[in-house]
Amino acid sequence: MNHRAIFAIVRKDLKVASQNKGVLVPIIVLTVVFFVLLPWLARLVPVFENAVGDMLRGIEKQLTRMPAGMQQEFTGLGLTQIMIVYVLKYMLAPMFMLVPLLVALTIAADSFAGEKERKTLEALLYTPTTNRELFVAKLLSGWLAAVAVAWVGFVLYSVMANVAAWPQMQRVFFPNTMWVVLILWVVPAIAGLGVGAMVLASARAQGFQDANQLGGIVMLPIVALFYVQVAGAMYFNIVVVFLMGLVIWLLTGLLVWLGGRVFQRNRILAG
Amino acid sequence: MNAVITINQLTRCFKETTAVDQLSLEVHAGEIFGFLGHNGAGKTTTVRLLNGVIDPTSGSMRVLSLDPQVDGPALRARTGVLTETPSLDGRLTAWDNLSIYADLYGVPRASVKPRIQEMLTEFDLADRANEKVGGYSKGMKQRLALARALLHKPELLFLDEATSGLDPVSAHHVNELIERMARREGCTVFMATHNLVEAQRLCDRVAILEHGRLVALGTPTELTRQYVRRLDVEVEVAEEQIPTTLRVLRSLSQLVLGEPSKPNGALVVTINKHESIPDVLAALVQNHIRVFRFAPQEANLEQVYFTLHEEKEGV
Repeated sequence: MNHRAIFAIVRKDLKVASQNKGVLVPIIVLTVVFFVLLPWLARLVPVFENAVGDMLRGIEKQLTRMPAGMQQEFTGLGLTQIMIVYVLKYMLAPMFMLVPLLVALTIAADSFAGEKERKTLEALLYTPTTNRELFVAKLLSGWLAAVAVAWVGFVLYSVMANVAAWPQMQRVFFPNTMWVVLILWVVPAIAGLGVGAMVLASARAQGFQDANQLGGIVMLPIVALFYVQVAGAMYFNIVVVFLMGLVIWLLTGLLVWLGGRVFQRNRILAG
Repeated sequence: MNAVITINQLTRCFKETTAVDQLSLEVHAGEIFGFLGHNGAGKTTTVRLLNGVIDPTSGSMRVLSLDPQVDGPALRARTGVLTETPSLDGRLTAWDNLSIYADLYGVPRASVKPRIQEMLTEFDLADRANEKVGGYSKGMKQRLALARALLHKPELLFLDEATSGLDPVSAHHVNELIERMARREGCTVFMATHNLVEAQRLCDRVAILEHGRLVALGTPTELTRQYVRRLDVEVEVAEEQIPTTLRVLRSLSQLVLGEPSKPNGALVVTINKHESIPDVLAALVQNHIRVFRFAPQEANLEQVYFTLHEEKEGV
Protein backbone atom coordinates (compact mmCIF):
# COMPACT_ATOMS: atom_id res chain seq x y z
CA MET A 1 0.00 0.00 0.00
CA ASN A 2 1.29 3.43 -0.97
CA HIS A 3 0.53 5.41 2.19
CA ARG A 4 1.72 8.70 0.75
CA ALA A 5 -0.76 8.43 -2.11
CA ILE A 6 -3.56 7.34 0.22
CA PHE A 7 -3.07 10.31 2.52
CA ALA A 8 -2.78 12.67 -0.46
CA ILE A 9 -6.28 11.61 -1.54
CA VAL A 10 -7.60 11.87 2.03
CA ARG A 11 -6.08 15.35 2.31
CA LYS A 12 -7.62 16.35 -1.01
CA ASP A 13 -11.07 14.98 -0.19
CA LEU A 14 -11.20 16.62 3.22
CA LYS A 15 -9.93 19.93 1.87
CA VAL A 16 -12.46 19.89 -0.97
CA ALA A 17 -15.29 18.88 1.38
CA SER A 18 -14.37 21.64 3.82
CA GLN A 19 -14.82 24.18 1.01
CA ASN A 20 -18.30 22.87 0.17
CA LYS A 21 -21.11 24.61 2.06
CA GLY A 22 -23.43 21.73 1.25
CA VAL A 23 -21.12 19.50 3.26
CA LEU A 24 -19.91 21.87 5.93
CA VAL A 25 -23.16 23.56 7.02
CA PRO A 26 -25.07 20.36 7.97
CA ILE A 27 -22.04 19.10 9.92
CA ILE A 28 -21.63 22.36 11.84
CA VAL A 29 -25.38 22.64 12.57
CA LEU A 30 -25.55 19.03 13.71
CA THR A 31 -22.48 19.40 15.92
CA VAL A 32 -23.79 22.53 17.59
CA VAL A 33 -27.30 21.13 18.12
CA PHE A 34 -26.27 17.71 19.40
CA PHE A 35 -23.14 18.47 21.33
CA VAL A 36 -23.70 21.99 22.60
CA LEU A 37 -27.43 22.74 22.73
CA LEU A 38 -29.00 19.41 23.64
CA PRO A 39 -27.07 18.96 26.93
CA TRP A 40 -28.63 22.23 28.11
CA LEU A 41 -31.98 20.45 28.14
CA ALA A 42 -30.85 19.44 31.61
CA ARG A 43 -31.31 23.05 32.72
CA LEU A 44 -34.91 22.98 31.55
CA VAL A 45 -35.93 19.96 33.64
CA PRO A 46 -36.25 21.81 36.98
CA VAL A 47 -37.71 24.92 35.26
CA PHE A 48 -40.52 22.90 33.78
CA GLU A 49 -40.71 20.40 36.60
CA ASN A 50 -44.45 20.83 36.95
CA ALA A 51 -45.07 20.60 33.24
CA VAL A 52 -43.00 17.45 32.92
CA GLY A 53 -44.32 15.97 36.13
CA ASP A 54 -46.29 13.25 34.33
CA MET A 55 -43.24 12.37 32.32
CA LEU A 56 -41.15 12.10 35.49
CA ARG A 57 -43.71 9.82 37.07
CA GLY A 58 -43.70 7.77 33.83
CA ILE A 59 -39.95 7.39 34.17
CA GLU A 60 -40.37 6.27 37.76
CA LYS A 61 -42.63 3.48 36.50
CA GLN A 62 -40.19 2.71 33.69
CA LEU A 63 -37.38 2.35 36.22
CA THR A 64 -38.86 -0.93 37.41
CA ARG A 65 -38.52 -2.36 33.90
CA MET A 66 -34.94 -1.17 33.41
CA PRO A 67 -31.96 -3.56 33.70
CA ALA A 68 -30.51 -3.98 37.19
CA GLY A 69 -27.32 -2.07 36.37
CA MET A 70 -29.29 0.91 35.22
CA GLN A 71 -31.58 0.84 38.25
CA GLN A 72 -28.50 0.78 40.44
CA GLU A 73 -27.24 3.94 38.75
CA PHE A 74 -30.47 5.72 39.63
CA THR A 75 -30.45 4.60 43.27
CA GLY A 76 -30.38 7.54 45.64
CA LEU A 77 -31.21 10.11 42.94
CA GLY A 78 -34.17 12.46 43.01
CA LEU A 79 -36.69 12.44 40.14
CA THR A 80 -35.18 15.50 38.47
CA GLN A 81 -31.71 13.95 38.64
CA ILE A 82 -33.08 10.66 37.25
CA MET A 83 -34.65 12.56 34.38
CA ILE A 84 -31.36 14.34 33.62
CA VAL A 85 -29.31 11.13 33.78
CA TYR A 86 -31.87 9.22 31.75
CA VAL A 87 -32.12 11.84 28.98
CA LEU A 88 -28.44 12.76 28.70
CA LYS A 89 -26.94 9.32 29.26
CA TYR A 90 -29.45 6.96 27.71
CA MET A 91 -32.17 8.58 25.65
CA LEU A 92 -29.79 10.66 23.53
CA ALA A 93 -27.25 7.85 23.04
CA PRO A 94 -28.88 6.53 19.81
CA MET A 95 -29.26 10.08 18.53
CA PHE A 96 -25.56 10.65 19.19
CA MET A 97 -24.82 7.84 16.72
CA LEU A 98 -26.60 9.81 14.01
CA VAL A 99 -23.77 12.32 14.02
CA PRO A 100 -20.91 10.10 12.80
CA LEU A 101 -23.32 8.43 10.42
CA LEU A 102 -24.44 11.70 8.88
CA VAL A 103 -20.88 13.05 8.67
CA ALA A 104 -19.68 9.83 7.03
CA LEU A 105 -22.55 9.87 4.56
CA THR A 106 -22.03 13.53 3.64
CA ILE A 107 -18.25 13.39 3.22
CA ALA A 108 -18.40 10.08 1.37
CA ALA A 109 -21.14 11.39 -0.94
CA ASP A 110 -18.90 14.35 -1.78
CA SER A 111 -15.87 12.10 -2.16
CA PHE A 112 -17.45 9.46 -4.40
CA ALA A 113 -20.55 10.86 -6.16
CA GLY A 114 -19.46 14.51 -5.87
CA GLU A 115 -16.13 13.77 -7.51
CA LYS A 116 -17.93 11.97 -10.32
CA GLU A 117 -20.27 14.95 -10.70
CA ARG A 118 -17.41 17.47 -10.76
CA LYS A 119 -15.60 15.30 -13.33
CA THR A 120 -12.45 15.19 -11.21
CA LEU A 121 -12.43 11.44 -10.76
CA GLU A 122 -10.90 10.65 -14.14
CA ALA A 123 -7.59 12.37 -13.33
CA LEU A 124 -7.35 10.28 -10.16
CA LEU A 125 -7.96 7.10 -12.14
CA TYR A 126 -4.97 7.90 -14.35
CA THR A 127 -2.60 8.09 -11.36
CA PRO A 128 -0.39 5.14 -10.35
CA THR A 129 -2.63 4.28 -7.39
CA THR A 130 -4.09 0.78 -7.36
CA ASN A 131 -7.84 0.23 -7.17
CA ARG A 132 -7.42 -0.83 -3.56
CA GLU A 133 -5.40 2.23 -2.57
CA LEU A 134 -7.94 4.50 -4.21
CA PHE A 135 -10.81 2.74 -2.49
CA VAL A 136 -9.12 2.72 0.93
CA ALA A 137 -8.30 6.43 0.58
CA LYS A 138 -11.87 7.26 -0.33
CA LEU A 139 -13.19 5.21 2.60
CA LEU A 140 -10.73 6.81 4.99
CA SER A 141 -11.74 10.36 4.06
CA GLY A 142 -15.33 9.89 5.23
CA TRP A 143 -14.44 7.57 8.07
CA LEU A 144 -11.73 9.75 9.63
CA ALA A 145 -13.89 12.86 9.42
CA ALA A 146 -16.88 11.10 11.00
CA VAL A 147 -14.87 9.58 13.85
CA ALA A 148 -13.03 12.85 14.48
CA VAL A 149 -16.27 14.88 14.61
CA ALA A 150 -17.89 12.30 16.89
CA TRP A 151 -14.91 12.15 19.25
CA VAL A 152 -14.52 15.91 19.44
CA GLY A 153 -18.30 16.11 19.83
CA PHE A 154 -18.17 13.59 22.64
CA VAL A 155 -15.70 15.72 24.56
CA LEU A 156 -17.89 18.78 23.98
CA TYR A 157 -21.03 16.86 24.98
CA SER A 158 -19.34 15.58 28.14
CA VAL A 159 -18.28 19.05 29.19
CA MET A 160 -21.64 20.60 28.30
CA ALA A 161 -23.66 17.86 30.01
CA ASN A 162 -21.72 18.16 33.27
CA VAL A 163 -21.74 21.95 33.23
CA ALA A 164 -25.44 22.20 32.36
CA ALA A 165 -26.49 19.64 34.96
CA TRP A 166 -24.13 20.82 37.70
CA PRO A 167 -26.79 22.71 39.72
CA GLN A 168 -28.83 19.50 40.02
CA MET A 169 -26.12 16.81 39.99
CA GLN A 170 -23.34 18.61 41.93
CA ARG A 171 -20.81 16.10 40.51
CA VAL A 172 -19.30 14.88 37.25
CA PHE A 173 -21.84 12.25 36.21
CA PHE A 174 -21.02 11.88 32.54
CA PRO A 175 -19.75 9.72 30.80
CA ASN A 176 -20.08 6.16 32.02
CA THR A 177 -18.44 2.96 30.72
CA MET A 178 -21.27 2.35 28.27
CA TRP A 179 -20.46 5.66 26.57
CA VAL A 180 -16.79 4.75 26.34
CA VAL A 181 -17.78 1.53 24.56
CA LEU A 182 -20.16 3.50 22.38
CA ILE A 183 -17.49 6.00 21.41
CA LEU A 184 -14.56 3.65 20.92
CA TRP A 185 -16.39 0.63 19.50
CA VAL A 186 -19.72 1.68 17.96
CA VAL A 187 -18.83 5.11 16.54
CA PRO A 188 -16.00 3.79 14.30
CA ALA A 189 -18.31 0.97 13.18
CA ILE A 190 -21.17 3.29 12.37
CA ALA A 191 -18.86 5.68 10.52
CA GLY A 192 -17.74 2.68 8.45
CA LEU A 193 -21.35 1.72 7.84
CA GLY A 194 -22.11 5.20 6.51
CA VAL A 195 -19.12 5.24 4.19
CA GLY A 196 -19.80 1.68 3.00
CA ALA A 197 -23.43 2.51 2.27
CA MET A 198 -22.40 5.62 0.38
CA VAL A 199 -19.96 3.75 -1.86
CA LEU A 200 -22.84 1.60 -3.05
CA ALA A 201 -25.27 4.53 -3.26
CA SER A 202 -22.72 6.55 -5.27
CA ALA A 203 -22.37 3.77 -7.81
CA ARG A 204 -26.05 4.30 -8.70
CA ALA A 205 -26.33 8.02 -8.03
CA GLN A 206 -25.92 10.77 -10.61
CA GLY A 207 -24.48 13.29 -8.16
CA PHE A 208 -23.89 14.43 -4.58
CA GLN A 209 -27.53 15.19 -3.68
CA ASP A 210 -28.80 12.04 -5.29
CA ALA A 211 -26.25 9.90 -3.41
CA ASN A 212 -27.00 11.67 -0.14
CA GLN A 213 -30.69 10.85 -0.44
CA LEU A 214 -30.02 7.20 -1.34
CA GLY A 215 -27.47 6.75 1.44
CA GLY A 216 -29.75 8.43 3.97
CA ILE A 217 -31.77 5.22 4.18
CA VAL A 218 -29.21 3.79 6.64
CA MET A 219 -30.20 6.46 9.16
CA LEU A 220 -33.63 4.93 9.64
CA PRO A 221 -32.53 2.02 11.91
CA ILE A 222 -30.74 4.49 14.20
CA VAL A 223 -33.83 6.66 14.51
CA ALA A 224 -35.79 3.47 15.20
CA LEU A 225 -33.35 2.62 18.03
CA PHE A 226 -34.15 5.96 19.66
CA TYR A 227 -37.88 5.20 19.67
CA VAL A 228 -37.30 1.62 20.84
CA GLN A 229 -35.48 2.96 23.89
CA VAL A 230 -37.99 5.75 24.56
CA ALA A 231 -40.77 3.16 24.40
CA GLY A 232 -38.88 1.09 26.97
CA ALA A 233 -38.59 -1.94 24.68
CA MET A 234 -34.80 -1.98 24.99
CA TYR A 235 -32.24 -0.02 27.00
CA PHE A 236 -28.66 0.74 26.12
CA ASN A 237 -26.11 -0.87 28.41
CA ILE A 238 -22.58 -2.14 27.92
CA VAL A 239 -23.64 -5.55 26.58
CA VAL A 240 -26.32 -4.14 24.26
CA VAL A 241 -23.93 -1.48 22.97
CA PHE A 242 -21.12 -4.00 22.46
CA LEU A 243 -23.40 -6.41 20.56
CA MET A 244 -24.85 -3.56 18.54
CA GLY A 245 -21.29 -2.54 17.61
CA LEU A 246 -20.51 -6.09 16.57
CA VAL A 247 -23.53 -6.25 14.28
CA ILE A 248 -22.68 -2.87 12.77
CA TRP A 249 -19.06 -3.93 12.20
CA LEU A 250 -20.28 -7.06 10.39
CA LEU A 251 -22.64 -4.99 8.25
CA THR A 252 -19.86 -2.50 7.58
CA GLY A 253 -17.55 -5.33 6.52
CA LEU A 254 -20.18 -6.60 4.10
CA LEU A 255 -20.84 -3.15 2.61
CA VAL A 256 -17.12 -2.41 2.26
CA TRP A 257 -16.55 -5.76 0.56
CA LEU A 258 -19.41 -5.09 -1.86
CA GLY A 259 -18.18 -1.52 -2.37
CA GLY A 260 -14.69 -2.78 -3.17
CA ARG A 261 -16.16 -4.90 -5.95
CA VAL A 262 -18.03 -1.92 -7.38
CA PHE A 263 -15.21 0.61 -7.04
CA GLN A 264 -12.95 -0.66 -9.83
CA ARG A 265 -11.54 1.59 -12.55
CA ASN A 266 -12.84 -0.74 -15.19
CA ARG A 267 -16.39 -0.52 -13.84
CA ILE A 268 -16.36 3.19 -13.10
CA LEU A 269 -15.33 4.20 -16.60
CA ALA A 270 -17.12 1.43 -18.44
CA GLY A 271 -20.33 2.08 -16.51
CA MET B 1 12.94 2.36 -34.25
CA ASN B 2 12.23 1.84 -30.59
CA ALA B 3 8.50 1.26 -30.09
CA VAL B 4 7.03 2.88 -27.00
CA ILE B 5 3.53 1.59 -27.75
CA THR B 6 2.76 -1.64 -29.57
CA ILE B 7 -0.87 -2.46 -30.13
CA ASN B 8 -1.93 -5.73 -31.69
CA GLN B 9 -5.51 -6.49 -32.75
CA LEU B 10 -6.87 -4.51 -29.81
CA THR B 11 -10.64 -4.61 -29.42
CA ARG B 12 -12.91 -3.14 -26.77
CA CYS B 13 -16.67 -3.61 -26.79
CA PHE B 14 -19.28 -1.90 -24.60
CA LYS B 15 -22.42 -4.03 -24.69
CA GLU B 16 -23.47 -3.85 -28.37
CA THR B 17 -20.96 -1.18 -29.39
CA THR B 18 -17.42 -1.88 -30.55
CA ALA B 19 -15.47 1.20 -29.51
CA VAL B 20 -12.06 -0.06 -30.64
CA ASP B 21 -11.99 -2.64 -33.40
CA GLN B 22 -8.93 -4.79 -34.20
CA LEU B 23 -6.54 -1.87 -33.78
CA SER B 24 -2.87 -2.51 -34.53
CA LEU B 25 -0.14 0.12 -34.60
CA GLU B 26 3.19 1.21 -33.13
CA VAL B 27 4.24 4.53 -31.66
CA HIS B 28 7.95 5.29 -31.70
CA ALA B 29 10.05 6.86 -28.97
CA GLY B 30 10.26 10.64 -29.09
CA GLU B 31 7.58 11.24 -31.72
CA ILE B 32 4.40 13.28 -31.48
CA PHE B 33 1.83 10.79 -32.67
CA GLY B 34 -1.58 12.03 -33.76
CA PHE B 35 -4.57 9.82 -33.18
CA LEU B 36 -7.32 11.31 -35.29
CA GLY B 37 -11.00 10.57 -35.47
CA HIS B 38 -14.42 12.08 -35.06
CA ASN B 39 -16.22 12.13 -31.69
CA GLY B 40 -16.99 8.55 -30.70
CA ALA B 41 -14.34 7.08 -33.01
CA GLY B 42 -12.68 5.29 -30.09
CA LYS B 43 -9.87 7.70 -29.22
CA THR B 44 -10.65 8.12 -25.52
CA THR B 45 -11.27 4.41 -25.11
CA THR B 46 -7.84 3.72 -26.64
CA VAL B 47 -6.16 6.18 -24.23
CA ARG B 48 -7.90 4.46 -21.31
CA LEU B 49 -6.87 1.03 -22.56
CA LEU B 50 -3.26 2.08 -23.03
CA ASN B 51 -3.12 3.34 -19.43
CA GLY B 52 -4.62 0.18 -17.97
CA VAL B 53 -7.66 2.08 -16.77
CA ILE B 54 -10.04 -0.25 -18.59
CA ASP B 55 -9.45 -3.75 -19.88
CA PRO B 56 -9.62 -4.80 -23.53
CA THR B 57 -12.16 -7.31 -24.81
CA SER B 58 -9.43 -8.95 -26.89
CA GLY B 59 -6.01 -8.25 -28.37
CA SER B 60 -2.77 -7.24 -26.73
CA MET B 61 -0.67 -4.13 -26.10
CA ARG B 62 2.67 -3.15 -24.63
CA VAL B 63 3.28 0.36 -23.40
CA LEU B 64 6.79 1.31 -22.25
CA SER B 65 7.48 -2.46 -22.31
CA LEU B 66 4.69 -3.09 -19.81
CA ASP B 67 1.32 -4.76 -20.13
CA PRO B 68 -1.24 -2.13 -19.04
CA GLN B 69 -3.65 -4.80 -17.83
CA VAL B 70 -1.09 -6.37 -15.51
CA ASP B 71 1.25 -3.48 -14.67
CA GLY B 72 -1.25 -0.60 -14.66
CA PRO B 73 0.09 1.25 -11.59
CA ALA B 74 3.75 0.91 -12.65
CA LEU B 75 2.86 2.07 -16.13
CA ARG B 76 0.78 5.04 -14.99
CA ALA B 77 3.73 6.21 -12.88
CA ARG B 78 5.57 6.73 -16.18
CA THR B 79 2.75 8.28 -18.22
CA GLY B 80 0.94 11.59 -18.00
CA VAL B 81 -2.59 12.16 -19.21
CA LEU B 82 -4.40 15.35 -20.11
CA THR B 83 -8.09 14.81 -20.72
CA GLU B 84 -10.61 17.03 -22.49
CA THR B 85 -12.07 18.25 -19.18
CA PRO B 86 -9.09 19.32 -17.07
CA SER B 87 -10.32 17.31 -14.06
CA LEU B 88 -9.01 19.87 -11.57
CA ASP B 89 -10.46 20.52 -8.14
CA GLY B 90 -11.97 23.98 -8.54
CA ARG B 91 -12.21 24.45 -4.78
CA LEU B 92 -8.46 24.04 -4.35
CA THR B 93 -5.65 26.37 -5.35
CA ALA B 94 -3.34 25.62 -8.26
CA TRP B 95 -0.56 24.86 -5.79
CA ASP B 96 -2.73 22.40 -3.85
CA ASN B 97 -3.85 20.70 -7.05
CA LEU B 98 -0.24 20.15 -8.08
CA SER B 99 1.03 19.24 -4.63
CA ILE B 100 -1.58 16.48 -4.22
CA TYR B 101 -0.71 14.99 -7.61
CA ALA B 102 3.01 15.23 -6.83
CA ASP B 103 2.32 12.90 -3.90
CA LEU B 104 0.15 10.64 -6.04
CA TYR B 105 2.82 10.35 -8.73
CA GLY B 106 5.58 9.81 -6.19
CA VAL B 107 7.64 12.92 -6.99
CA PRO B 108 10.53 12.81 -4.46
CA ARG B 109 9.50 14.85 -1.41
CA ALA B 110 12.53 17.14 -1.62
CA SER B 111 11.71 17.97 -5.26
CA VAL B 112 8.00 18.68 -4.82
CA LYS B 113 8.21 22.42 -4.07
CA PRO B 114 10.87 23.33 -6.65
CA ARG B 115 9.16 21.21 -9.31
CA ILE B 116 5.75 22.81 -8.69
CA GLN B 117 7.33 26.26 -8.77
CA GLU B 118 9.12 25.38 -12.01
CA MET B 119 5.94 24.14 -13.67
CA LEU B 120 3.83 27.09 -12.53
CA THR B 121 6.45 29.48 -13.89
CA GLU B 122 6.81 27.52 -17.13
CA PHE B 123 3.04 27.57 -17.66
CA ASP B 124 2.70 31.23 -16.71
CA LEU B 125 0.59 30.56 -13.62
CA ALA B 126 3.01 31.44 -10.83
CA ASP B 127 1.27 34.74 -10.03
CA ARG B 128 -2.03 33.00 -9.40
CA ALA B 129 -0.70 29.86 -7.71
CA ASN B 130 -2.62 30.52 -4.51
CA GLU B 131 -5.97 31.29 -6.11
CA LYS B 132 -8.74 28.74 -6.29
CA VAL B 133 -8.79 27.06 -9.68
CA GLY B 134 -12.57 27.53 -9.92
CA GLY B 135 -11.92 31.16 -10.85
CA TYR B 136 -9.48 30.34 -13.67
CA SER B 137 -10.34 30.72 -17.35
CA LYS B 138 -10.68 27.56 -19.42
CA GLY B 139 -7.28 28.15 -21.03
CA MET B 140 -5.59 28.58 -17.63
CA LYS B 141 -7.23 25.42 -16.34
CA GLN B 142 -6.00 23.46 -19.33
CA ARG B 143 -2.48 24.85 -18.85
CA LEU B 144 -2.58 23.85 -15.20
CA ALA B 145 -3.84 20.38 -16.14
CA LEU B 146 -0.96 20.08 -18.60
CA ALA B 147 1.48 21.14 -15.87
CA ARG B 148 -0.02 18.45 -13.64
CA ALA B 149 0.36 15.83 -16.40
CA LEU B 150 4.05 16.74 -16.78
CA LEU B 151 4.82 17.20 -13.08
CA HIS B 152 6.47 13.80 -12.65
CA LYS B 153 8.39 14.00 -15.96
CA PRO B 154 6.51 11.25 -17.78
CA GLU B 155 8.17 9.33 -20.59
CA LEU B 156 4.88 9.18 -22.47
CA LEU B 157 2.26 11.92 -22.53
CA PHE B 158 -1.32 11.24 -23.59
CA LEU B 159 -3.38 14.20 -24.72
CA ASP B 160 -7.05 13.53 -25.20
CA GLU B 161 -8.67 16.46 -27.02
CA ALA B 162 -6.39 18.75 -25.02
CA THR B 163 -7.43 21.94 -26.79
CA SER B 164 -11.05 21.13 -27.44
CA GLY B 165 -13.30 24.01 -26.45
CA LEU B 166 -10.45 26.51 -26.08
CA ASP B 167 -10.44 29.78 -27.98
CA PRO B 168 -7.85 29.95 -30.79
CA VAL B 169 -5.33 31.96 -28.75
CA SER B 170 -5.50 29.64 -25.74
CA ALA B 171 -5.39 26.57 -27.99
CA HIS B 172 -2.33 27.96 -29.75
CA HIS B 173 -0.66 28.66 -26.41
CA VAL B 174 -1.38 25.13 -25.13
CA ASN B 175 -0.11 23.62 -28.40
CA GLU B 176 3.09 25.62 -28.18
CA LEU B 177 3.61 24.39 -24.63
CA ILE B 178 2.97 20.79 -25.68
CA GLU B 179 5.47 21.02 -28.51
CA ARG B 180 8.08 22.81 -26.42
CA MET B 181 7.76 20.45 -23.46
CA ALA B 182 7.71 17.35 -25.66
CA ARG B 183 10.80 18.35 -27.63
CA ARG B 184 12.66 19.65 -24.56
CA GLU B 185 11.76 16.91 -22.09
CA GLY B 186 12.11 14.29 -24.83
CA CYS B 187 8.88 12.53 -24.03
CA THR B 188 6.74 10.74 -26.57
CA VAL B 189 3.31 12.32 -27.15
CA PHE B 190 0.18 10.39 -28.06
CA MET B 191 -2.28 13.05 -29.14
CA ALA B 192 -5.90 12.04 -29.60
CA THR B 193 -7.69 14.82 -31.43
CA HIS B 194 -10.22 15.73 -34.05
CA ASN B 195 -8.43 18.98 -34.73
CA LEU B 196 -6.80 18.26 -38.08
CA VAL B 197 -4.97 21.57 -38.40
CA GLU B 198 -3.39 21.04 -34.98
CA ALA B 199 -2.37 17.49 -35.92
CA GLN B 200 -0.91 18.64 -39.23
CA ARG B 201 1.22 21.23 -37.47
CA LEU B 202 2.40 19.18 -34.48
CA CYS B 203 2.47 15.51 -35.37
CA ASP B 204 5.32 13.49 -36.81
CA ARG B 205 2.94 10.65 -37.71
CA VAL B 206 -0.80 10.22 -37.52
CA ALA B 207 -3.30 7.40 -37.40
CA ILE B 208 -6.86 7.96 -38.58
CA LEU B 209 -9.65 6.09 -36.87
CA GLU B 210 -13.18 5.52 -38.17
CA HIS B 211 -15.69 3.77 -35.93
CA GLY B 212 -12.88 2.20 -33.90
CA ARG B 213 -11.00 0.91 -36.94
CA LEU B 214 -7.64 2.15 -38.19
CA VAL B 215 -8.07 3.45 -41.73
CA ALA B 216 -4.77 5.22 -42.34
CA LEU B 217 -1.33 5.49 -40.77
CA GLY B 218 1.73 7.52 -41.76
CA THR B 219 3.33 10.94 -41.75
CA PRO B 220 1.00 13.80 -42.76
CA THR B 221 2.94 14.12 -46.03
CA GLU B 222 2.72 10.40 -46.79
CA LEU B 223 -0.99 10.40 -46.16
CA THR B 224 -1.70 13.42 -48.31
CA ARG B 225 0.33 11.90 -51.16
CA GLN B 226 -1.43 8.58 -50.75
CA TYR B 227 -4.99 9.70 -50.31
CA VAL B 228 -5.45 13.11 -51.86
CA ARG B 229 -6.03 12.36 -55.53
CA ARG B 230 -6.29 15.88 -56.84
CA LEU B 231 -4.03 18.83 -56.40
CA ASP B 232 -4.60 22.51 -57.14
CA VAL B 233 -1.69 24.41 -58.72
CA GLU B 234 -1.50 28.16 -59.14
CA VAL B 235 0.10 29.04 -62.46
CA GLU B 236 1.17 32.58 -63.26
CA VAL B 237 2.04 33.36 -66.87
CA ALA B 238 2.21 36.50 -69.03
CA GLU B 239 -1.26 37.87 -69.80
CA GLU B 240 -0.84 37.43 -73.56
CA GLN B 241 0.16 33.78 -73.11
CA ILE B 242 -2.97 32.77 -71.19
CA PRO B 243 -4.87 31.48 -74.28
CA THR B 244 -1.87 29.32 -75.28
CA THR B 245 -1.52 28.13 -71.70
CA LEU B 246 -5.18 27.13 -71.59
CA ARG B 247 -4.80 25.27 -74.89
CA VAL B 248 -1.76 23.34 -73.58
CA LEU B 249 -3.47 22.52 -70.30
CA ARG B 250 -6.61 21.31 -72.11
CA SER B 251 -4.42 19.03 -74.23
CA LEU B 252 -3.19 17.33 -71.04
CA SER B 253 -6.61 15.85 -70.34
CA GLN B 254 -5.15 12.79 -68.62
CA LEU B 255 -3.29 14.94 -66.09
CA VAL B 256 -5.44 18.04 -65.77
CA LEU B 257 -8.90 17.65 -64.31
CA GLY B 258 -11.70 19.98 -65.41
CA GLU B 259 -11.37 23.49 -66.75
CA PRO B 260 -8.70 25.80 -65.25
CA SER B 261 -10.17 28.74 -63.37
CA LYS B 262 -8.87 32.25 -62.80
CA PRO B 263 -10.16 33.40 -59.39
CA ASN B 264 -7.49 35.94 -58.37
CA GLY B 265 -5.57 36.78 -61.49
CA ALA B 266 -3.50 33.59 -61.56
CA LEU B 267 -4.75 30.42 -63.21
CA VAL B 268 -5.70 27.59 -60.90
CA VAL B 269 -5.32 24.15 -62.42
CA THR B 270 -6.44 20.92 -60.80
CA ILE B 271 -4.13 18.04 -61.63
CA ASN B 272 -4.75 14.39 -60.90
CA LYS B 273 -1.85 13.57 -58.56
CA HIS B 274 1.34 14.89 -57.00
CA GLU B 275 3.53 12.89 -59.42
CA SER B 276 2.04 14.72 -62.44
CA ILE B 277 3.46 18.10 -61.40
CA PRO B 278 6.76 17.78 -63.39
CA ASP B 279 4.90 16.61 -66.54
CA VAL B 280 2.47 19.54 -66.51
CA LEU B 281 5.27 22.05 -65.93
CA ALA B 282 7.41 20.45 -68.65
CA ALA B 283 4.53 20.65 -71.15
CA LEU B 284 4.15 24.39 -70.51
CA VAL B 285 7.86 25.06 -70.87
CA GLN B 286 8.11 22.96 -74.05
CA ASN B 287 5.34 25.13 -75.55
CA HIS B 288 7.47 28.26 -74.87
CA ILE B 289 5.24 29.56 -72.15
CA ARG B 290 7.09 31.77 -69.70
CA VAL B 291 6.00 30.55 -66.27
CA PHE B 292 6.50 33.14 -63.54
CA ARG B 293 5.02 31.05 -60.77
CA PHE B 294 3.99 27.39 -60.51
CA ALA B 295 2.77 26.80 -56.96
CA PRO B 296 1.18 23.47 -55.99
CA GLN B 297 -1.20 23.97 -53.07
CA GLU B 298 -0.04 21.49 -50.44
CA ALA B 299 -2.80 19.05 -49.61
CA ASN B 300 -3.49 18.75 -45.90
CA LEU B 301 -4.75 16.21 -43.42
CA GLU B 302 -8.19 17.72 -43.62
CA GLN B 303 -8.44 16.63 -47.24
CA VAL B 304 -7.07 13.18 -46.34
CA TYR B 305 -9.56 12.87 -43.53
CA PHE B 306 -12.56 13.81 -45.64
CA THR B 307 -11.44 11.60 -48.52
CA LEU B 308 -11.23 8.63 -46.16
CA HIS B 309 -14.46 9.57 -44.42
CA GLU B 310 -16.32 9.82 -47.74
CA GLU B 311 -14.90 6.46 -48.83
CA LYS B 312 -16.04 4.84 -45.60
CA GLU B 313 -19.47 6.41 -45.72
CA GLY B 314 -19.75 5.60 -49.43
CA VAL B 315 -20.37 9.24 -50.36
